[in-house]
Amino acid sequence: MDTIKIVLAGQPNVGKSMLINAMSGSNGLKVGNFSGVTVEKTELCFEHHCHMFEMVDLPGTYSISGFSQEEKVAHKYLLNEEYDVIINVLDATHLKRNLLLTLELLKLNKKMVLALNMADEAKKEGIDIDIKQIEKIVGVPVVLVSANTKEGVEELLEKVHEVADNHDRIKSNITYSDVMEEEALEIEKFLAQKGFALRDLSNREIALRLLIEDKALYKEMHDEPIMLELQPLILKARQHLYTHHETKDVQEIKANEYHAIARGIHLETVKCQRNKGGKTLTKRIDELLINKYLGIPIFLFLMWGLFQLTFTVGAIPMELIDSAIGAFGDWVGSNISNEFMRNVIVDGIIAGVGAVLLFLPNIIILYIGIALLETTGYMSRVAFLLDGFFHKFGLHGKSFIPLVTGFGCSVPAYMAARTLKSEKDRLITLFIIGFMSCGARLPIYVLFTGAFFGAEQAGNILFIIYISGAMLGLVMAKVLRVVVFKGEDEPFVMEMPKYRFPSFTLIWHTVYNNAKSYVKKAGTFILAASVLVWVLATYPNQPLLEQEYQTKIEQSSKEDATVLENELKMKKLEQSYLGQIGKVSEPVFAPLGFDWKMTVALETGLAAKEVVVSTLGVLYSIGDEVDENSNALARELKKNISFASAMAFIVFVMIYLPCLAASMVFAKEAGGYKYLLYLFVFTTVTAWVFSFVTYRIFIN
Amino acid sequence: MVMIMQLYRDKGIKMKLSELHKGDKAMIKKIDSSEDLKRRLASFGVVRGSELSVEACSLGKKTMEIMVDDTLIGLRGEEAKEIEVEKL
Repeated sequence: MDTIKIVLAGQPNVGKSMLINAMSGSNGLKVGNFSGVTVEKTELCFEHHCHMFEMVDLPGTYSISGFSQEEKVAHKYLLNEEYDVIINVLDATHLKRNLLLTLELLKLNKKMVLALNMADEAKKEGIDIDIKQIEKIVGVPVVLVSANTKEGVEELLEKVHEVADNHDRIKSNITYSDVMEEEALEIEKFLAQKGFALRDLSNREIALRLLIEDKALYKEMHDEPIMLELQPLILKARQHLYTHHETKDVQEIKANEYHAIARGIHLETVKCQRNKGGKTLTKRIDELLINKYLGIPIFLFLMWGLFQLTFTVGAIPMELIDSAIGAFGDWVGSNISNEFMRNVIVDGIIAGVGAVLLFLPNIIILYIGIALLETTGYMSRVAFLLDGFFHKFGLHGKSFIPLVTGFGCSVPAYMAARTLKSEKDRLITLFIIGFMSCGARLPIYVLFTGAFFGAEQAGNILFIIYISGAMLGLVMAKVLRVVVFKGEDEPFVMEMPKYRFPSFTLIWHTVYNNAKSYVKKAGTFILAASVLVWVLATYPNQPLLEQEYQTKIEQSSKEDATVLENELKMKKLEQSYLGQIGKVSEPVFAPLGFDWKMTVALETGLAAKEVVVSTLGVLYSIGDEVDENSNALARELKKNISFASAMAFIVFVMIYLPCLAASMVFAKEAGGYKYLLYLFVFTTVTAWVFSFVTYRIFIN
Repeated sequence: MVMIMQLYRDKGIKMKLSELHKGDKAMIKKIDSSEDLKRRLASFGVVRGSELSVEACSLGKKTMEIMVDDTLIGLRGEEAKEIEVEKL
């Protein structure tokens, strides 16, 4: 079976993903998302008329000549990769702007089909498009399609076949401005006189490209003797263009020319029945949603709703999953007689996988929320409303959502940062998400504030902890922007897309894919790492110690037995690899006033923050069945830890690395384990320094 | 009365996009910004000669929403400072 390789290119918000779903139908086989460095291209295969269609979906870009990550990925792919046909997807209701990209794509000289998507919407808006005329002008086939109603989809596939099989191109009839045409003709004539030819380019095309400074072509022609004679011609032509366009910026001239062409095509081929003056629905919704005074309160209310959903509704399945996994673990445990195997499987593997699955409800709900925000077009408005505040700290308006999500759980927060399109903005946001104290740190705060401040003060202190964490995060963002991610800010300029009703299929796809990739990718690594932590905390075996206590326990009364059991647990943990590590690293934490017990607790906290409290319970011989409301543990802490050390401990917990699951997700989202190392160093050093300062302040 | 006079006084005068208010219409005369921003604007169809209307401003004009050729575009106030327009 022959394969036709298709590349989909188009501007954002043109319904590219919807069109792909419509084209591949139900027999589409998703090959998977594979990331370039950060930007994803999607590959997909399906069969049509005995041909295998292999589709690559490039990220949506307004242009392919710009500097943004996505534009670079798209441009590089289009230039260097092997493929048969480009499908350029356009929004039929915004043809003029969409044609600007088409003009750039045409310069690639590849086989191409234009798909004017959203034909149904265009019809509704009274827009009538002369397809044949566009075909004549641009010289490639044009198909009117609607991913929504599936209209024209079959025709589009047929056209792709046709274009793939056909080797001659129709001539395009794109006309530039008079000045440009005049000068191009001059150069074209000269090239013809010289009998010059280059690749498959016509002389007119060469002339035009020389005039708009096509760098690649200059490089190619650099060593041609003809350049010597061409140069004066080009210089003269440029002078003419400069006066005509009132600028000496060739890029601007090119933009002006393209814009004029797009406007020309639009005028010639699109008829709009409806009068233009009326307020569109989008404008009317914007009156309310980005209202100077109401916009932010409305947004905050919507966010509040989303978080209520994420963390209260999400808590219900979480509890179910938790108890189901617990029950499953017990059941499996009771069926395995070998003690070592039982420990590995129940405490290591099942508990590890459980920790991963536990976050799934949160992630799904949050993703539905974010997908809703994005597909309806509201996300851009959020950025619009909040950019003023966040830009001061070197962040982007869209950073808000991942940061606030961070107060719930860092795992979905890191994933939410994907909505940030600029690499710098996204990395800075990723780096400071950890400063927003996640829900799992709360038990530690509650335990310590309860122990050291008493019930009536604890609430206020908690508030101070959360707020100072967030403020520190914003300051750190600014520091990162100034010190690490230097340079010009990326422009904010963004489209405020039309409001649309969310599409169920699209939301389903986004949520499903994200959830799947979370379970698959994070699952394997978190699993491996939790088994490792478990092994470190459990081994080496200490049979002598166990035997010694076993006999003691047998000889003592019931009350003494529990005390002894707890003591055994502590001793075991103390002599485990983890305990040894804690003791070795004790000197590092001594300046902060931490003893080896606190050090070990912090280290187990790298696995999950929930573990910190239970580890402290074990280490202070209360047993591991403690929670933050345990009075016994609070009393022990107060007895054994100085006030200054406790404050330093809170500060350290506030800042250092979130749990293992989050770390793995961070590495994936940031684009490599290298970044996880940076994050580890960054947060640990910051945590150490601030803890140290806190300790010194309170010690007097 | 004063407002009407103001309207007439501003008409046809070159000013910065950032100085316009909600509801104003203008034509772009010059974009005096970094190449990156210029390119970005051009890809949205914002070039010299484009007509625009201001649709919304956030508090303190930190960001503005303008409409060019049926496309709504959000940009920062700082960026709007670099665009010279003639009020229509």
